[in-house]
Amino acid sequence: MTTGSLTAGRTRLRLPRRQIPVLATLALLLVMYGIGVSQYQAFSNVQVIFNVFIDNGFLLVVAVGMTFVILTGGIDLSVGSVVAMTAMVSASLLQQGLPAALVLVIALLIGPTLGLLMGCAIHFFDIQPFIVTLAGMFFARGMCTFISGSSIPITDGFWTRMSQERIGDPRGNFVSISVLIAFAVVVVAAYTLAYTRLGRNVHAIGGNPQSALLMGLPVGRTRIAVYTISGLCSAIGGILLSFYTLSGAPLIGVGMELDVIAAVVIGGTVLTGGSGYVFGTVLGVLVLGVIQTLITFDGSLNSWWTKIVIGGLLFAFILLQRLIGIRYK
Amino acid sequence: MNDTVGRYRAMTAHRLFWPAAVLVVMLAANTVYRPGFLSVELKDGHLYGTPIDILRLSAPLILVALGMTVVISTGGIDLSVGSMCAISGAIACMYISQQPDQNSLPVVLTALAMALGVALVLGAWNGVLVAVIGIQPIIATLILMVAGRGLAQLITEGQIITINSEPYRAIGLGHVLTLPLAILIALAAALLVGAFTRRTALGMIIESVGGNAEASRLAGIRSGRVIFLAYVLSAVCAAVAGFMMTANVSSADGNAAGLWVELDAILAVVIGGTSLAGGRFFLSGTILGALIIQTLTTTVYAMNISPQTSLLFKAVVVIAVCLIQAPAFRARFARRRSSAPPPSAVTDSPKEQVPA
Repeated sequence: MTTGSLTAGRTRLRLPRRQIPVLATLALLLVMYGIGVSQYQAFSNVQVIFNVFIDNGFLLVVAVGMTFVILTGGIDLSVGSVVAMTAMVSASLLQQGLPAALVLVIALLIGPTLGLLMGCAIHFFDIQPFIVTLAGMFFARGMCTFISGSSIPITDGFWTRMSQERIGDPRGNFVSISVLIAFAVVVVAAYTLAYTRLGRNVHAIGGNPQSALLMGLPVGRTRIAVYTISGLCSAIGGILLSFYTLSGAPLIGVGMELDVIAAVVIGGTVLTGGSGYVFGTVLGVLVLGVIQTLITFDGSLNSWWTKIVIGGLLFAFILLQRLIGIRYK
Repeated sequence: MNDTVGRYRAMTAHRLFWPAAVLVVMLAANTVYRPGFLSVELKDGHLYGTPIDILRLSAPLILVALGMTVVISTGGIDLSVGSMCAISGAIACMYISQQPDQNSLPVVLTALAMALGVALVLGAWNGVLVAVIGIQPIIATLILMVAGRGLAQLITEGQIITINSEPYRAIGLGHVLTLPLAILIALAAALLVGAFTRRTALGMIIESVGGNAEASRLAGIRSGRVIFLAYVLSAVCAAVAGFMMTANVSSADGNAAGLWVELDAILAVVIGGTSLAGGRFFLSGTILGALIIQTLTTTVYAMNISPQTSLLFKAVVVIAVCLIQAPAFRARFARRRSSAPPPSAVTDSPKEQVPA
């Protein structure tokens, strides 16, 4: 994001460095894809890429919301639980026979409301985001089991149609509707961050909240807004997840917040805030997805290698950010 | 530090009051619900009863929270403790399960030493990331939190390792002098940490580093070394807690051992009055916090509520504690001193108290 071109020289000097993490992620993604294609014949099938999107659509949406929060220098630990709660609430309301449209509205309202409350607690009481969203995480997860201790299947017509609809070309490669929704969210978020006042405020607050306040930017409003946006994205993610699994399970999405944070960091967003791109987050989610696909294709590697590899990548990218940060000074 | 001595005294008089009150209210509520709750009896020379169970089960949490208190008071946080519990338990159980005689004491001691050694290395890794490379603590320890679960599963090869070793089992379930061994270990650790931090200058050094690492460094304190040691201590505490957790069930599960314990530990530290922003720390408050959390868990079990739903109660407690602590923050905010190191989180105007 060119936050301002007052001094053209400085901007030109900084821009490439700012983009190094994103470019590194892109390079990594291409290398991993290249390895996949060279090792496994079936990997070159376009459907493999589509499947990465289909399997990670909800993760992508949640990660976009997290990007907003991390850009302001905050963190939202509640996303995984809010995703699960949204799926649980919709499953349970549908089971009681409510019409699909009403359920959608209710489910999409819960996440932002919780996000708004958490944002207010963070802003007005000046409590650390970490602990507030931790409470939100406990609350949402507790609500899940409060609604039902076991998983609730969804048989509603609208949901099954959304789940099974295939949008594809004649050769049999297809994506689900969830992928299109995820892309829509990405485009809206990228536009908001790049071209609106809110987006610029988000970057400014992440860069230096004190300066932003002195500049007269609405720090409080923006901060509350990002947690609300994150809540909304989690809610949309929850709906997509319920399309994907056609059920609501109380323990689904445990530890998802870590995957999401990892995706955002690998995507090049600086954790202290102020610098990052939605496009980078998309790449980050793709990296996670391709790792999983590679490990599935290999067959001899076990699922826990995913965690170890993600941990290693997280380390590499944080180190990279750190090295660039040192060169800044 | 700007506070007058009198004000400081009044605050210390207060600081354990509210956590203790919550604990008493919870115990009282339990006794009303189930009159036999507080009864303790002597069987085969061992004490039995719900209060003893609470003490025994809270031992791992107390240990983890002790290490966490020191880390938090240096201004950091350690998210990797849960994974550390899983790794240490997995290593110890794996080694014991491969030996011909699982009951021999040397085997168990070797297993413990190996696991502690690995914990030292992993703690040092966290310490280097935070103190030397300068990565944000949340993220630095997040790496091991994610990868550590994978490592633990790698060690156990995704299986649940069951062992049949009396000496190892004793760590979790044994008794010494009628009391559970686990709580004695936790108490010993607490006394040790307490002695080192409160009887020497170390505690003050830790607090000054937490208050302002750069200023402390300029004042001649090796901030980096103090922060490094805090993460090593936290890892060792978590490793011992991991032994207890796995000894309780005589098996190691890379996936489930120590799950959520980092959150419980942070919660215990916050309830105990240590500010998450670093600075002053209260070991006794942390122990009370851990006891409160375990009592809450036991209460929820006893009332036949699903264990997962206890998270709802925890959320209520967290919010209540945060709101109690908030007025101090707000007052600070109003005085526009937001760049100064935060005060100890205990305030003297706790109006909203939610007995869970």
